[in-house]
Amino acid sequence: MTAVMGVLTQAIHLALLLVAAPLVVGVVRWLKARMMGRVGASPLQPLRDFLKLLRKRPVLAENASWISRGAPYVGAAAALAAAALVPSFAHGMALAGLGDLIVIAGLLALGRVCMALAGLDVGTAFGGLGASREMSFAALAEPALLLAVMSFAILAGTTGLDAIAMTFQEGTLGLRVSLGLALVALLAVAVAENARIPVDNPATHLELTMVHEAMILEASGRHLALWDAAAAMRLTLWFALLAAIFFPFGTAAPGWAPLGWVVGLLAWIAKMGVLCLALAVFESAIAKMRVFRVPEFLGAALLLGLLGALLLFVSTSLA
Amino acid sequence: MSFGTPAYDVAHLLGGGVLLLSFVLLYQRRLDAVISAFAVQGALLAAAAAWQGYIQGAAGLYVTAAIAFVAKAVAIPLALRLLLGRLGLHRTVETALGVGASLVAAVALVGLSVLVILPITAGQAQALTREDMALALSVVLLGMLMMITRRNAISQVIGLMSLENGLILAAVGVTGMPLVVELSTAALVLMVAVVAGVVVFQIRDRLETLDTSLLDRLRGG
Repeated sequence: MTAVMGVLTQAIHLALLLVAAPLVVGVVRWLKARMMGRVGASPLQPLRDFLKLLRKRPVLAENASWISRGAPYVGAAAALAAAALVPSFAHGMALAGLGDLIVIAGLLALGRVCMALAGLDVGTAFGGLGASREMSFAALAEPALLLAVMSFAILAGTTGLDAIAMTFQEGTLGLRVSLGLALVALLAVAVAENARIPVDNPATHLELTMVHEAMILEASGRHLALWDAAAAMRLTLWFALLAAIFFPFGTAAPGWAPLGWVVGLLAWIAKMGVLCLALAVFESAIAKMRVFRVPEFLGAALLLGLLGALLLFVSTSLA
Repeated sequence: MSFGTPAYDVAHLLGGGVLLLSFVLLYQRRLDAVISAFAVQGALLAAAAAWQGYIQGAAGLYVTAAIAFVAKAVAIPLALRLLLGRLGLHRTVETALGVGASLVAAVALVGLSVLVILPITAGQAQALTREDMALALSVVLLGMLMMITRRNAISQVIGLMSLENGLILAAVGVTGMPLVVELSTAALVLMVAVVAGVVVFQIRDRLETLDTSLLDRLRGG
């Protein structure tokens, strides 16, 4: 019975994320446009773009190898697999046992490697530039993520995301300085992973600054649709991850609980809305930083993650 | 008091916030942003003092909080901004040590203060006091680090003030600290601010710059 419920929860979760991903991107763009005094495209626009691009044939460069053909599929599959592991409205999904934060970090890294390879494959200058920048940022962002994971693991006694989220939801741990530091570190990593301002600007193709866009500059047709879908999925995944760890209120318990599911769903939609609004306000308020400043920014995130884990070692030895 | 009780958690979180702002001070390059971060640190310190007053039931700590807020979060940042405006300084801070290296040093200093505080307070005080002491010592050390790694006189003044924030954080965490001590510390800080302002102007008049590394060259010459 519980296994069936797990599969059902998992299926609803996947459907929910597939619906939410284009909406999240659309809503953030729409909110940013409104804040800048523009009317803005409808929040459904990313979905329309995706459906249209999916029908178009990709145009590949003459010297493109099988990497250019395969990378979009692997990248999108990695993003989808990672998204399937992050709990949204209920705990106890069928794949919760696999949902280790380190596995999720690995899947995100796989997606990033695919994108960098696709950027390098055709041999254009911009693709290589974007790939090299992305990799140098990742070298700092990934350890920062893992250090934050270490803080959670010390507190919750596991690196399984579902178990961590449930432990935090109980609230017996209280507020911790280390969690605050881990939150700051994770927010910086999330900004870098999703190529948002101040690390990258998702709305321009300005050659001096672009990172994410530079790598997929050669992509077209359904390949571009897949890259965009993977990026949207990654943004949604990060929102869901932050919500699951830091705002675990209202998430339904494992098992059959229709009422709990509705409450969890409403709570999740509210959390995602708040995070979209926060991102839009943040991006409207600040400017993009110089590329050479980004390693410093991510280095600070790494150190904060380290500091959080350090303080946690101390306080566990105190208690 | 231990983890899970709101009294402990909030005190701990506010102390951690003050420490986090010390890191922000080290991270920022522009003087405007450094002053803003200092003002926020002052406000957080005031909140920490007020919270300690609430959980200890000590009315004197509210006075400390009010003084900290007025002086650290409003008056001194305002004065520094006026100073900046009069000196026409808005460029980036020159650092003697790179931002990355100073952040690494800062984390090492936090580790050092934790390693120093925990063994010597073992088995005596409450967990809250011990951790607060560790956080406060870290803030003091980071203030010193900021004074060492910045060449600009105004940044050094802010480093000194932030060091003093750490002292107040330590003082309010300990139960039964007499009010007169805090009042005299607060008065001292205001004096330090005035003296620092005068010194900054003196340096400016003599050297036509605020880069204190130029002071080294006069040695023996």
